[in-house]
Amino acid sequence: MSAPPETATNTAAVPATGGDAGTARRPRSRSLAGWGFALPFALLFLVFTAGPVVASLLMSVTDLRGTDLLDPFNVDIVGLDNYLRLAGDEKFLTAAGNTAIFVVVGVPLTMALSLLVAMGLNSGLVRFQTLFRVGYYLPVVTSIVAISVVWRFVLQPDSGLLNEFLGLFGVDGPNWLNNQTFALPTLIVMGAWRNLGFGMVIFLAGLQAIPKDLYEAATIDGARRFARFRYLTVPMLRPTMLFVAVITTIGYVQFFEEPFVMTQGGPLDSTLSLAYHTYNQFGFGNYGSASAMGYVLFVVVVLLSIAWFKLLRNNVD
Amino acid sequence: MTEHLRSRDRVARAALYLVLSSGLVLVVGPFVWMLLSSFKPEGEIRAIPPTWFPHDPTLANYGNLFDRLDFPTFFTNSVVVAVLTTAGNLLFCSAAGYALAKVPFAGKRVLFGIVLGTLMVPSIVTIVPLFVLSSNLGLVNTLAGLILPYLAQAFGVFLMRQFILSIPDELLEAARIDAASEWRIFWQVVLPLCRPALATLGILTFLASWNNFLWPLVAATEEETYTLPVALALYAIGQNRTEYDLLLPGAVVIVLPVLIVFVLLQRHFVRGIATTGLK
Repeated sequence: MSAPPETATNTAAVPATGGDAGTARRPRSRSLAGWGFALPFALLFLVFTAGPVVASLLMSVTDLRGTDLLDPFNVDIVGLDNYLRLAGDEKFLTAAGNTAIFVVVGVPLTMALSLLVAMGLNSGLVRFQTLFRVGYYLPVVTSIVAISVVWRFVLQPDSGLLNEFLGLFGVDGPNWLNNQTFALPTLIVMGAWRNLGFGMVIFLAGLQAIPKDLYEAATIDGARRFARFRYLTVPMLRPTMLFVAVITTIGYVQFFEEPFVMTQGGPLDSTLSLAYHTYNQFGFGNYGSASAMGYVLFVVVVLLSIAWFKLLRNNVD
Repeated sequence: MTEHLRSRDRVARAALYLVLSSGLVLVVGPFVWMLLSSFKPEGEIRAIPPTWFPHDPTLANYGNLFDRLDFPTFFTNSVVVAVLTTAGNLLFCSAAGYALAKVPFAGKRVLFGIVLGTLMVPSIVTIVPLFVLSSNLGLVNTLAGLILPYLAQAFGVFLMRQFILSIPDELLEAARIDAASEWRIFWQVVLPLCRPALATLGILTFLASWNNFLWPLVAATEEETYTLPVALALYAIGQNRTEYDLLLPGAVVIVLPVLIVFVLLQRHFVRGIATTGLK
């Protein structure tokens, strides 16, 4: 809250130093003014965001441990050891596999559901638009902790709503969260449930931006519903899809909160994710290898985003 | 419109309603159950088969929040962190966004490049150095330590810059000719025009901060600085038996402020995400 006066004095000084100077000095005074506005942000951002991004990279090539903080000279540079060791780290490989499944199944599932809901709401047949939109969006803005409380109850093995419901059909539901086969799929469905509202809002905006007369023209030309979807909606929606795909992928690669509150990574690491494994390494004080794992995650995020760009950008047939 | 005219058959309409409404029940139903059950006595929460409406409504569960948890502290911490983080972002991001959009200054492109470069960095990447930094600055286990790392965020400055770019230069030039200082131009011309963007940024920041989990989990090491989600999560996970008579009212209290903010301001919200997403 001390920023406004600081900024104000910076800019107030501008007319004093550069007031009667000619055009030559004007850019410099405006440059000062620009930094006056940007400085509080820039300082905070460098110290708490950009700095740590670089520091993490540096830490990832050292054997820094939590106990070394009091004794920085104890830290050695180990080059790429932290990265190379990941290849032989069983837990890391398990976590990588789980994360890959979560992303490969979860992202398309979430996108398909959100597109379906958005198209339903956009079809012009539906009233109570606001109710539907707010309802579907609710889980997106809800704390994972509240969600976990509700879902744990729903998924309880003997008295949960889901198994009660399955019981009506004579199906004996498993202990969803405590079963090596079902735990990860359950979290994937939970992720889709939680995030479909985000894609829905973006897809709705994208659908509404498609000119209506295109549909009229296509209909007059005899295009059926599926043809209109395949040859009109999908190509027109490509930029929107790219955006939703990238944002959803970035979020899902970092998949941490769901296993943390629902399964603690179990049973037997079947829901351990990369971010969760990294968090654990940090908890054990292995700062160097935790940083290396974080950077692996970062590289994956960048590569997948590039892949989405290649896949969805400008390849209109 | 065309869709409307073509598929006049009631069957299609009914089917669509059925599908969308079932989906809505699946999404919202658990929250409704959570709210209703928070008023049930312990025994009824665990009743088999589960009930929807409380037979014997009680506020006892909400009393548990005060008896068995230090609820006032956790709630106050959550509010203080979310409000200050939001206020800081509105101020710092709009000021920096204005500079990046409209004021030429040396190093501008570098600054914007750095901001963009960090947009995709997963939060787990910075956790370790951030924790080391916080320990060195004495910020671990303080509310300042929960707020400072989130005061200047890349997304916020990006949003504000994009919005301010759309303000016509002529408007600002006119003010400059009237010899207004840059500060006055920002405060009296730019900020009032930014109201929709500020509303979006404010809501998004408040919600993100209120729900933030990973960093408070790491940086709040003692009960006195726990935020509401951290307190409930650690409590729930630490127990062998899930104590719904404590967790349900806790979850309701976590969701309620969000629900109020969201329902009241959802117009800004939806428009905000849509425009930042697509432009």
